[in-house]
Amino acid sequence: MARMQRNVNLIMKAAFSKTEFEAGMVSRFGDAFRVHEKPVVETLSTGVSEIDASTGGLPRGAISEIFGPASSGRTSLMYSMLAHATRHEETCALVDTNDVFAPTDATAAGVDFDRLLWVRCAGNLEHAFKAADLLLHAGGFGLVILDLGDVAGKDARRIISSWWYRFRRTVEDRPTVLAVISEEACTRSCAALTLELNGAGEWSRSNLLRHNAIRVKRQRPISPWRAESHFRAAQI
Amino acid sequence: MFACIHAPDLPSLTEFAYGFSPVVEEIGKGTVVIDVEGCELLFGSPYQLATEVVERAETQVSVAIAANPDAAIHVATHLKGITFVSPGEELTCLGDFPIEHLDYSLVKVDAKAADQILETLRLWGIRTFADFAALPVSGVSERLGQAGIKLQQLAAGKTERHLQVKQPPPVFANSIELEHALSELEPLSFIFARLLHQLCAALNAYALATNELSVSLQLENKTTHERKLSLPHPMRDHKVFLKLLLLDTEMHPPAAAVTAVSIACEPVKPRVLQNGLFVPLAPAPDKLELTLARLAKLVGEQNVGSPELLDTHRPDAFSMKRFTLQTQRKTNRQSTIGNQQSLGFRRYRPPLKAIVEADQGCPTQISAWGKQRSVYGKVVALAGPWRTTGDWWRDDSWARDEWDVTLERQGHQTLYRIYRELNTEHWFVEGNYD
Repeated sequence: MARMQRNVNLIMKAAFSKTEFEAGMVSRFGDAFRVHEKPVVETLSTGVSEIDASTGGLPRGAISEIFGPASSGRTSLMYSMLAHATRHEETCALVDTNDVFAPTDATAAGVDFDRLLWVRCAGNLEHAFKAADLLLHAGGFGLVILDLGDVAGKDARRIISSWWYRFRRTVEDRPTVLAVISEEACTRSCAALTLELNGAGEWSRSNLLRHNAIRVKRQRPISPWRAESHFRAAQI
Repeated sequence: MFACIHAPDLPSLTEFAYGFSPVVEEIGKGTVVIDVEGCELLFGSPYQLATEVVERAETQVSVAIAANPDAAIHVATHLKGITFVSPGEELTCLGDFPIEHLDYSLVKVDAKAADQILETLRLWGIRTFADFAALPVSGVSERLGQAGIKLQQLAAGKTERHLQVKQPPPVFANSIELEHALSELEPLSFIFARLLHQLCAALNAYALATNELSVSLQLENKTTHERKLSLPHPMRDHKVFLKLLLLDTEMHPPAAAVTAVSIACEPVKPRVLQNGLFVPLAPAPDKLELTLARLAKLVGEQNVGSPELLDTHRPDAFSMKRFTLQTQRKTNRQSTIGNQQSLGFRRYRPPLKAIVEADQGCPTQISAWGKQRSVYGKVVALAGPWRTTGDWWRDDSWARDEWDVTLERQGHQTLYRIYRELNTEHWFVEGNYD
């Protein structure tokens, strides 16, 4: 009993000394030695509960990358994200590099066009990046999607890193989600969340294309306690 | 001191009166009252001013100067020539006027009540202003009420009021003529900035804003370049206007050098918006307008906005409308329409023309090449055809058979929608499911 009491006293003394030491350092050297606590990451739901459960949602103030080959479910996930965000009164913007957005199908997915700004870049990659930059600097958008889904892998890899660093710096103090949709991973180390999609169309017995089942692989965690889960499947 | 000018034959009496004093009140047709206080340095004594008025008018004019505007009006309208009423001596001048000449509209007594009072006075044997002014105030108050008191003060020339100055209507327009024609945007921006600054200052002074700017540029080749900037919300920030105007001028440059610039705006009430605590963040209206203008300059006006579906079954039928911020919440019923998960589709614009090998009408092999993409491979699964037709009574009718196909290439399967035009028998790849 006495030994336990001694240990408790030692721990209390150590804790007190640590607090006292930190206070002394802060008073002497300013904020240089202050431990900065990382703020809680706010997220925006993707609208797909399986993906939200796996990833926690798309982090605000950061870049989220969604990549995969054609027919892997990227556009379905994009519609779901837009539908969820517009339904929750977020103002959204879509930078459509190759002008492939289909309004009829997006309406069926529940996207509210009154809250969606669509920028069609007609295949001009430079215009797409400049448009995304303008939208991010304007502020106030809840979700900005840069759709590079039809940009060839070799072109996507040639995008200079400074653009991504610039985007990351621009959004980090804003409650905006910048989602980049591409065929191959191209944001390098700038994305806070990277989702690799891999899916295929599923056909019914009556020979109708029913849905696209997607497999999601999360590559970069947004918070350490979610790092354990690796694979989840979602069906869209 | 006040001077009343009565000149029924003078066509522009108000402008004439502004030549003597900036404080002018219009009293019916042919009569104005001006405040002559402080005009001594320009015109001398009030009597000299009255003489100047008569000389400049060049027509029959009556001028009365009094310490009381209502007394001056009565004197000027009923006595010809120049009359000077000394302060405190109003009744001496007005006293002999018949009671019927009392202008009750000056003290805002309605005609019916005034007629009744005048009829009562006539029955009492009151014939002149002096008779009315001599009545005891308490007796008038008891018998004729507040309207009677006001009329008695008017008859005695003892009313006290300020002139109801006629303000010229505000004009929200500015223009400037240039000594040398400007052909570059940068020097023109300084002209725009100056005019817009003045315009916004005028709007600010009247607590107004504008949602439409009209810019007119006179060009060296004797033509006029006109542009209109429509804003979704009223604003009055000259910096925002300048940026919008410069972006618009860059997008629609004038055909020749500019020799004169004029900017006008339509004044409206400013937007009053109460933000809620739980309303999601939205872009600031002025920043959004600038961003939209910059995006329009970058990718073209027709490529920026919100899509709007057209009322037709024609594939890919939509139009682009201007993007405006939504501040009103939608009802639950509206917001939950079509919120189910659906298959994504990436539409190729224009569709890829394809060479399709078919076996008994079913596609087996597809090959399509475009500038940006190519689609080829063996069909491993398919569904269809679904026939859609429409607008057969118009020249741009459509009729086609659609197929959903899975192509396999390098071990990866991709889902496409292809169609065959019934009129031309040509095959196209419309897009891919994703």
